[in-house]
Amino acid sequence: MVSDSLIGAALLEVRGASKSYPGVQALDAMHLDLRHGEVHAVVGENGAGKSTLMKLLSGIDRPDSGEFFLDGQPYTPTNPRHALELGISIIHQELNLMPDLTVAQNIFIGREPRAAGIFLSDRELNRRTRELLERLGLPLKPDDLVGDLTVARQQMVEIAKALSYNARVLIMDEPTAALNETEVQTLFGLIRRFVTPDTGVIYISHRMHELSQISDRVTILRDGRYIDTLDTASSTIAQVISLMVGRAINADQRPRAATGSGDPVLSVKGLNTKALVREVSFEVRKGEILGFAGLMGAGRTEVARALVGADRKNGGTVAVHGREVSISNPADAAKAGIGYLSEDRKRYGILLGRSVRDNVVLASLPKFANSLGFMQDNNVGRAARDFVSKLRIRTPSAGQLVQNLSGGNQQKTVVAKWLIRDCDILIFDEPTRGIDVGAKDEIYALLDELAAEGKAIIMISSDLPEILRMSHRIAVMCQGRLTAILDNADATQENIMHHATRFSAEGTVTT
Amino acid sequence: MTTISLKNRIPAKISGSLQQLFAFGSLIVILVFFSFASPYFFTTSNLVGILMAATVTGILALGTTFVIIAGGIDLSIGTGMILCGVMTGVFQTYWGWPVWAGVLGAVLFGGLIGFVNGFNISVLGIPPFIATLGMMLVASGLSLVISGTKPIYFKEHPEFQLLMNYSVIPGMRFPLGVLIFLILIVVAAVILAKTILGRYAYSIGSNEAATELSGVNVAKWKIIIYSMAGLFVGIAGVLAASRLSSAQPVGGMGLELEAIAAVVIGGTSLQGGKGSIVGTMIGALIVAVLTNGLRVTAVPQEWQSVVVGCVILVAVYMDILRRKRA
Repeated sequence: MVSDSLIGAALLEVRGASKSYPGVQALDAMHLDLRHGEVHAVVGENGAGKSTLMKLLSGIDRPDSGEFFLDGQPYTPTNPRHALELGISIIHQELNLMPDLTVAQNIFIGREPRAAGIFLSDRELNRRTRELLERLGLPLKPDDLVGDLTVARQQMVEIAKALSYNARVLIMDEPTAALNETEVQTLFGLIRRFVTPDTGVIYISHRMHELSQISDRVTILRDGRYIDTLDTASSTIAQVISLMVGRAINADQRPRAATGSGDPVLSVKGLNTKALVREVSFEVRKGEILGFAGLMGAGRTEVARALVGADRKNGGTVAVHGREVSISNPADAAKAGIGYLSEDRKRYGILLGRSVRDNVVLASLPKFANSLGFMQDNNVGRAARDFVSKLRIRTPSAGQLVQNLSGGNQQKTVVAKWLIRDCDILIFDEPTRGIDVGAKDEIYALLDELAAEGKAIIMISSDLPEILRMSHRIAVMCQGRLTAILDNADATQENIMHHATRFSAEGTVTT
Repeated sequence: MTTISLKNRIPAKISGSLQQLFAFGSLIVILVFFSFASPYFFTTSNLVGILMAATVTGILALGTTFVIIAGGIDLSIGTGMILCGVMTGVFQTYWGWPVWAGVLGAVLFGGLIGFVNGFNISVLGIPPFIATLGMMLVASGLSLVISGTKPIYFKEHPEFQLLMNYSVIPGMRFPLGVLIFLILIVVAAVILAKTILGRYAYSIGSNEAATELSGVNVAKWKIIIYSMAGLFVGIAGVLAASRLSSAQPVGGMGLELEAIAAVVIGGTSLQGGKGSIVGTMIGALIVAVLTNGLRVTAVPQEWQSVVVGCVILVAVYMDILRRKRA
């Protein structure tokens, strides 16, 4: 309390804010105080009220009751533009950039510098952008096309854009969701540089391990309610998680006894793609989870996509149960019993506007049609109901639209699709991306069960604790090459990172 | 744990048929309105006349519904239909084929047009709008080239006109063409709702990439869907030629838009993944009833397309409102 009075009024304060949408109390008497010079983490499962809070702070929606204060003055944003002008910048999880415009055009969209009051001045635009990027120490060029940048760099553009408004409060929603370890550290560097005694950051995240690195305090939400605010330095991850989910979760586990003694189900030899993948060979055994670790862009997704024929292979053989198969499109892969669960579920995994029933049978329609092509809807319904209960997909009915399901249940829907197709080999690409902590455990349990049933599983993940927890063996990739395959017992975060960064930028080995 | 809000509990089926219910309600309102506005409107002969007028565009709209649900578009159906009419004239009059062969040949020719569209779109990767725009011009030109810009009369086969005009109910003018139309509606509805082809059309339209990654041969199914739409084009072309008992090589442009209008008024989304045959037929009837009603009540012809245009805007706007609330 003494320190509070020394610092004075909070930079940003939320007092008793409530908001309900038809049928849901999204936020209930919420409290938050962001101090000057503080990085304040906000955590909570999906549906805990984080995004509602963001919507209220950015002026997209107005609270039903409660007040906001900025430096002790009432703060009532009427729209996102207004919030920006008052010094509050928000970086949403889904990046809002125009891929066909340059970095500079994106940053100054809507307030382009003019020449003679009419014409756009590219020179002035690029000059200002260069100044801004230099001030922030960002390795970007003003005239790069945003669409050509990696996700990490696109995020830097978003940050530069937010800071170009001279923001005092920066709110970041899951900024690291698509970043690898190195990129996360770059981001943290940026955040630390931004924070001065006059500014503050509200940092929303699912990744518990990051909180201790970047935040000073952490506020926990659950079911739209304020639960507690802790000093990060004096609290543990387990403590935060148990407040979040209302129960204890073991955060650092290793897989149950390795079951990977079975015969190889999938053998890949000398896989190449034109752009990136070089001579990748590995085997996955029955009942085994083979983790694929590596930095973003190391080529893990590319291996998976080439393997299932979504992208073209440039040499290499694939054998299933010892017999070589020729896979030139995803239909061939499905026939061979290989199912791919994309990292980008909404784009490549599910039909959002269709029902759970339609989604789970999508890969096996011929199995549910008679010889004239008529669908046997009774069988479809029965299979859908079976798998909804088997995988514990939480949905009012199999007729529910998938877009109304949570991320975890959408993921289970995709799993059901491949199980109904009788796939022996399942490739999970970032299976828990965008899925909240409680639901993650269910996905993990499901993966364990599938392995125990004898499926051969490949799990690509950028989350090292997840890799260590789930995989019996760990394949590490770096710049398109497989640099190591480690047994779980020998693997640590450190030696995985070592193998994931073995090549320097020039492509030579730096041991 | 996860709160599922109330609106999410409303099953998809109910909210999906709201637009249809609305369209159907509008159709009834329009029917009642014109019945009061003109004593000639609600008579058996006028109602059959409406159905006859709706037959050709309606059949085109049936095939187009599949294409649009699968996330595509087909601009070649109007002039393609004219070309199919010319082809049945060529088969029957120039080449002397029997009526049944001439009809079958023209229908299959329509399928061929659709096949080429599907091939260009899914194998060559030409966007549907461009691929079918090209086909629209090709078909329009070919009709003129093949017929020498003159109508082809069915001198050898006067009975050909019975296909559209034969009265199936004795003592009443209920043409065979309308009966064929009604049968095709049922066939299309069953294919869309009950067969694997219909299921794939919805899947491809909702998310083509995800459908492909699920191991579905999307290219093959798109070719099948466009080919099937082509068969409907062939049937429409034959019936149009039979109706006039001559194959007219000119025109057809604009018919594709009328058919697309019917599909859209019926609640099918141009983004794909949503729609139904029942909706399309209500849409086709709304357009036909409006056109007929305005004529019977002596509204000048130039106003008719203004009204139809406004109906499209209102119908689609209602759909957007419904989606926002959902």
